[in-house]
Amino acid sequence: MVAYLARRIGAMLLILFGATFIIYVLTAFSGDPLADLRISTDENAAYLLEQYSKDLQLDIPPPIRYFLWLEGVLGFLWGDFTLGINLDGAPVLTALSLALPISIRLVITATILSIIIGISIGIVTALRQYSRFDYSVTFVAFLFYSLPIFWVAVLLKQYGAIGFNDFLEFPEISTEWLTGLSLVSGIFWAGILGGDKKRIAITFLVATGSTAATLVYISQSGWLLEPSLGPVLISLMAVAAAFGITQLSTGISNRRVTAVSLGVSLLTPVFYFLMQPVFSTGFEGWLMPVLAIATVAVGAFIGFAFGGDDRRPAARTAAIVAFIGAGLIVLDRFMQNWNEYMYDIAYGRPIRTVGDSTLELQADYWITGIDGFVHLILPTSALMLVSLAGYVRYSRASLLEVLNQDYIRTARAKGLNERTVIMRHAFRNSLIPLTTIMAFDFAGVLGGAIITEQVFAWRGMGTIFNQALQRVDLNGVMGVVLVTSITALTFNLIADLIYSALDPRIRVTK
Amino acid sequence: MADNNNLEAQGSEELLEQRETAGLSQSQIVLRRFVRHRAAMISLIVLLTIILFVFTAGGIQLGTADAPFRIPGWWQWGLDDIPEITNFGEPTLDVFPAFVDGTGVGIGLHPFGQDAIGKDYFALVMRGAQQSITVMFVIGIVAAIIGTVLGAISGFFGKWVDQLIMRFTDLIITVPALIVGAVIGVQIGNLGVFVLALFLGLFTWTGLARLVRGEFLSLREREFVDAARVAGASNRRIIFKHILPNAMGVVIVSVSLLMSSAILLETGLSFLGFGVMPPDTSLGLLISQNQDSFSIYPWLFWWPGLFIVTIALCVNFIGDGLRDAFDPRQKRRITRKDRIAAKTAKKAA
Repeated sequence: MVAYLARRIGAMLLILFGATFIIYVLTAFSGDPLADLRISTDENAAYLLEQYSKDLQLDIPPPIRYFLWLEGVLGFLWGDFTLGINLDGAPVLTALSLALPISIRLVITATILSIIIGISIGIVTALRQYSRFDYSVTFVAFLFYSLPIFWVAVLLKQYGAIGFNDFLEFPEISTEWLTGLSLVSGIFWAGILGGDKKRIAITFLVATGSTAATLVYISQSGWLLEPSLGPVLISLMAVAAAFGITQLSTGISNRRVTAVSLGVSLLTPVFYFLMQPVFSTGFEGWLMPVLAIATVAVGAFIGFAFGGDDRRPAARTAAIVAFIGAGLIVLDRFMQNWNEYMYDIAYGRPIRTVGDSTLELQADYWITGIDGFVHLILPTSALMLVSLAGYVRYSRASLLEVLNQDYIRTARAKGLNERTVIMRHAFRNSLIPLTTIMAFDFAGVLGGAIITEQVFAWRGMGTIFNQALQRVDLNGVMGVVLVTSITALTFNLIADLIYSALDPRIRVTK
Repeated sequence: MADNNNLEAQGSEELLEQRETAGLSQSQIVLRRFVRHRAAMISLIVLLTIILFVFTAGGIQLGTADAPFRIPGWWQWGLDDIPEITNFGEPTLDVFPAFVDGTGVGIGLHPFGQDAIGKDYFALVMRGAQQSITVMFVIGIVAAIIGTVLGAISGFFGKWVDQLIMRFTDLIITVPALIVGAVIGVQIGNLGVFVLALFLGLFTWTGLARLVRGEFLSLREREFVDAARVAGASNRRIIFKHILPNAMGVVIVSVSLLMSSAILLETGLSFLGFGVMPPDTSLGLLISQNQDSFSIYPWLFWWPGLFIVTIALCVNFIGDGLRDAFDPRQKRRITRKDRIAAKTAKKAA
């Protein structure tokens, strides 16, 4: 294992060297960084020209200059790490360290969301193979796959931000939208749940009716301006989540586990009132992960203590239910601050089309959180739409492949119910090949982020890259290339390791 | 669901398979399966129509932007014409017949409208679509050749050759395509889209090479390769005559999917300003130039996007159809009608 890792990391370093060298030389020959100065009529242009040439060592030919740059990068070995200076004379490292968290926030949110949503949809389509639902989702997936991201981004800007903000001035949902959305929801749920004709009809009617009712309520009560869930709705949603999660993990027929997860969900309103004072005064961001871990631990403990013979599934189910309940409480808290954010900070136009955060925003945790959300939602949606389709297709194909295996037939033959066959035997195994695609996709999304950041004017790595390349700012370009290549290589290595851990047939130490 | 079949249904499915493929060669089976894939066939027709339409309408322009050589098309306006702005530059295309909106069907003077200075947008979009289609095919061909050859050599010879080529592939695959593309595009974007595509092709063959290598690794262990070697065939003959035809499915499918991402790559680069440069134009460049005036001139934004999406969608569907056609495990959906037919056939036999 250690030998394997050492060999892989050695290869990684060699590849990194080759890739950066190629890009360095290509970029260096792509233009003249001082072209502006050469035609400048400024009287100290000649002086500046000389100064820049000296600072950037432009008199040395690029292939050799690369090694000077490499020396700076390798400086981390003896504590003298530098990525050089950009054309403005500022260190590239500083610019990158400011931009990196912004890009990572965007890319990680988009990747995680598209993995979760994409795999869920992919599984449903695989289970409903050759149904109308399957065909429609396949078509939509191909459509998303064919969308240029910049086009989607501009469309989202127009309709998701400008259109929605206009709508928020008089948030009354028109009859056309109401009918349309309700029908879409009805068709969607009827397609997912399936069954015989009668069941499809019932699902369709229930989904359409409840969507219409919800929309009418939202429209009439001005909920969009002052949203909140409140303890009653939170409890109901937690109970629903308890039933749903239990059904997926052990089935409701397992009384013990159902009782435990219901019990945990009924704790949600109690915690709702307990947490309000904690949230209101001087709540610090670092508490959030601590609380999340505590919630999961408490849930798992309850499940373990009262789970009886099914300790482990009970603990797992209870932990997920507890997490969802806590998530609802936090969501409600954010919603309570929405009105304040919308009118005091966003002047009634909350969804932003430009930038990654409001400049010089001095506010508490909740307002800052909402600020991040309204800036993140459009770029994330753009990135998601494009990479979602891949996950839908791959997880569908992967699950279908697994469902054709002999061990699935064995599982069915020994009398396991369909839920166990799919969740225990098929679903888990179908995720294994997806690890490779996830690693690959992450690097792709980083590339896509370059375009998205340009459209939404984020100050991330993509913007640095764009500006640097336009001005033939070698050190700036190389900084971004270095980060993206290291990320891509590391993720590939991690994917291979996970793959071998999940699939015992593949061993890394050959 | 197909999983709940009882034994009899399984038997009839097998019979059905055999009946369908009896007496046909491999390529005939593939062709037959592809033709049966409805979405792929529709896409193929749409794509061919678009290609024909786009190249005849705009005429063909060869050479660089500075020294063009033109074969005129049937459309009245060229890229350099700046006619007077009529109808506020709005599209004159009218697809609704008279009984719907009072005016008849017609294409008018400027069916796609005019841009801010009055250039005919139809001519610009046609030129952009030509560029995208050219890029798609050039990148596809270049990547197919490099990827197949390198993958074949790597998989066939193994050992240090394989190690060398695969590490080289890793090297190219490491940097995101958009970044390599941007760096190349800045340099040669003004040389015309053909040269740009040639160079982009040099960096997009990696996925294909890996797939072909995998295929060769398993195929070279097969008996027919041993038989060929015993008969005295050279390595080159074994690679190209014996193994490659068997790996063709992988190549064709993956090239077709590569081609759709090639369109998105070129339009993305042109959008960022690292691809096709003015005075020439491309679909990505058109969108980039007009994105800020979306609320005033929405058609300047819709038309190029519509062409990108349509072309990419068609190519994706064709790729999907090819994958289904080449995959021997791929079973067609067995309908009730097929089952009944199979059952009667069994009884007759």
